[in-house]
Amino acid sequence: MTTPISLRVFESEARFYRRTWRASVVSSFLNPILYLAAMGIGLGSLVDANLPGGLDGVSYLTFLAPGLLVATAMQTGAGEGAWKVMAGIKWNKTYHAKLATPIGIPSLVIGHMLWSGARVLLVSVVFALVMAAFRVAPVVESLLAVGPALLVGLAMAAATTAFTARLEEPTGLPLYFRFVVIPMFLFSGTFFPISQLPSWLQPVALATPMYHGVEMSRAIVVGTTPAVAWSISLLYLTIWIVGGTLLALGPFRKRLTP
Amino acid sequence: MTHLIEARGLTKTFGDFTAVDGIDFAVEPGESFGFLGPNGAGKTSTMRMIGAVSPITSGSLTVLGLDPMKQGPQLRSRLGVVPQEDNLDQELTVFDNLMMYGRYFDLPRAVIRERIDELLDFVQLSEKQGSKVDSLSGGMKRRLTIARGLINEPDLLILDEPTTGLDPQARHVLWDRLYRLKQQGVTLIITTHYMDEAEQLCDRLVVMDKAKIVAEGSPIALIEQHAPREVVEVRFRAGVLEDIADRIESLAPRTEILADRALLYTDDADATVADLSTAGLEPETVLARRSSLEDVFLRLTGRTLVD
Repeated sequence: MTTPISLRVFESEARFYRRTWRASVVSSFLNPILYLAAMGIGLGSLVDANLPGGLDGVSYLTFLAPGLLVATAMQTGAGEGAWKVMAGIKWNKTYHAKLATPIGIPSLVIGHMLWSGARVLLVSVVFALVMAAFRVAPVVESLLAVGPALLVGLAMAAATTAFTARLEEPTGLPLYFRFVVIPMFLFSGTFFPISQLPSWLQPVALATPMYHGVEMSRAIVVGTTPAVAWSISLLYLTIWIVGGTLLALGPFRKRLTP
Repeated sequence: MTHLIEARGLTKTFGDFTAVDGIDFAVEPGESFGFLGPNGAGKTSTMRMIGAVSPITSGSLTVLGLDPMKQGPQLRSRLGVVPQEDNLDQELTVFDNLMMYGRYFDLPRAVIRERIDELLDFVQLSEKQGSKVDSLSGGMKRRLTIARGLINEPDLLILDEPTTGLDPQARHVLWDRLYRLKQQGVTLIITTHYMDEAEQLCDRLVVMDKAKIVAEGSPIALIEQHAPREVVEVRFRAGVLEDIADRIESLAPRTEILADRALLYTDDADATVADLSTAGLEPETVLARRSSLEDVFLRLTGRTLVD
C-alpha cells in the first residue's frame, strides 16, 4: 500500500521536528504560564477589583485564558506559514529537494498545512492543560476550546503561507508580524471585548479569523453565547483555510517549478 | 524507440527570455552524457525539464519513455537528482537526511536503512552517519547529495555542475565515485563548464551556447573534428600582444588572440615553437599541449568557457 504523498511531507516535517523540538518545547509550556500569571492573575486582580460583576460575568483570568489560547494558536500558525515556507523556498531550499521526488506542489502544500495543524494542535493542547491547571476551566472544557484555536491556527498558517510564498525577500516577514500579527493578537478580543474599540475599528476586528476563534473558545469555557453565530464563524474560518491554501498554490508553482 | 531520453525542438522561455532554443538530442541507456557550456547557456533549464520540475514551453521530450509534463511523479520516482546548489537539511544528521529522502519515495524504513549503509560506504561518509550536515565540508556535502540521489536506485542520475566550487582534491574523489557509477551501468547526465570534467566523465556530449546546441559527439571526436591536434599557448607582457598580433597569426593555420595570451593551433607544436623564435618573438611563457574541449568551445563560439 502506498503512503499518500502529502503524508510523506507530513512525516518529513515530523522527523525534522523530532530532532529540533527542544528549542520550542520550553516556550510552549512557559509562555502560557507566564501570560496567565502576569495578565490573568496580576493584571486580573486590578480588573476584577474595578468590575464587581466581572467581564462576561467571570473573573478576568477566566475571560482572558481562552482568548490567549486562540492567540497562541494564531501565532503558531503564522510562524509555520512564515519561517518554514521562507526556509523551504529560499533559505535551505528544502522544498526544491522535495520536488525532485514524487512529491508535487499540491501535496507539498497540503502536507505543510497538515503539519502546521499538528504544531498548532500541540501548543494548543499544552496551553489547555496549563489553563486547566490554573483552574480556569475543567480539563474537558479546556480541551474542547482547542477546536476553535486549531481552526484559527490553520487559517493563519494558510494565509501566511500564501503571503510568504509571494515574498521575494524575507524582509517582508518582520513587517508582517509587526503590522498584522501583533495587532491581531492585541485587538481581536483576547484582552478586552472588541466593543471597547473605536467603532471604526470594530469591523476590522470582526474580519480577523482570530476574533471568531476567541468568541467560540470563550463560549465553550465561560458558557457565553458568541456574538456571531457558530455556523457563520465556522464557515468563515473554513473559507480562510481553504482559500489561503488555494492561494498558496500559484506562487509555489511560480517560484519552485517555473 | 529505445532512447532513454529523447528531445526534439525542446524549448524553454521565461517571458521574453529564451533559455533553451529548440534543441534536439538523444541519450542511450548506460551512457554518460554531458552538457558542456558556460553559465547561462541553458544547461540547468534543460536539466529541470528532464527532471520534470519545469514544464516545457514547446517541442517534445520523453524521459524513460514517460512524458515529464503528464507523468511527473511517476517519472521523478525513477530519477536521481544532484542539484547545483546543495539543498540538504543542514540541521539534520547525514542519516536523517537520507532516511527522510527515502521516505519521499515511500521506501520501507528497513530498506532505506540498508541502502544508507551501502551508499555511505560508497561515497566514503560511513563515519559521518551521525554528524549534522552543517559540519560537513563542501566536498562531503556534495557526496552526500549524490548518495541521496541514489537512494531510490534511479534509472537515471542527473548531476548539475557536480564539482563546481570544490577544491581539486574533492573533485577527484567525486570523479572517482561517478566513474564507478558509470562502470556499474548507471546512466548519467552531467552538466559542467569544466572541459576536464567532460573529458573525464562523458562518453558523449553536446556543447551548448546561448540556448542552442552547437556541437555533439564524443570528447575525442569533437576535438578531432573542431581543433587541430596540438596547441601552443604563449603569454606576453601586458600590451605587447596587440602590436604583434599579425606576426603571430602568420605562424599557424589558425590562431586565437585572447586578452592575456595567444593560442596557435597546429599539427606540430615543436615546429611552431621553433617558428616563434625564428620570427624573433620572445613570449614570457610558452606551453605546448594537446587540444582540449576548451579549444573546441573557443572555436565554435569565439569565447572561453570560464570567464
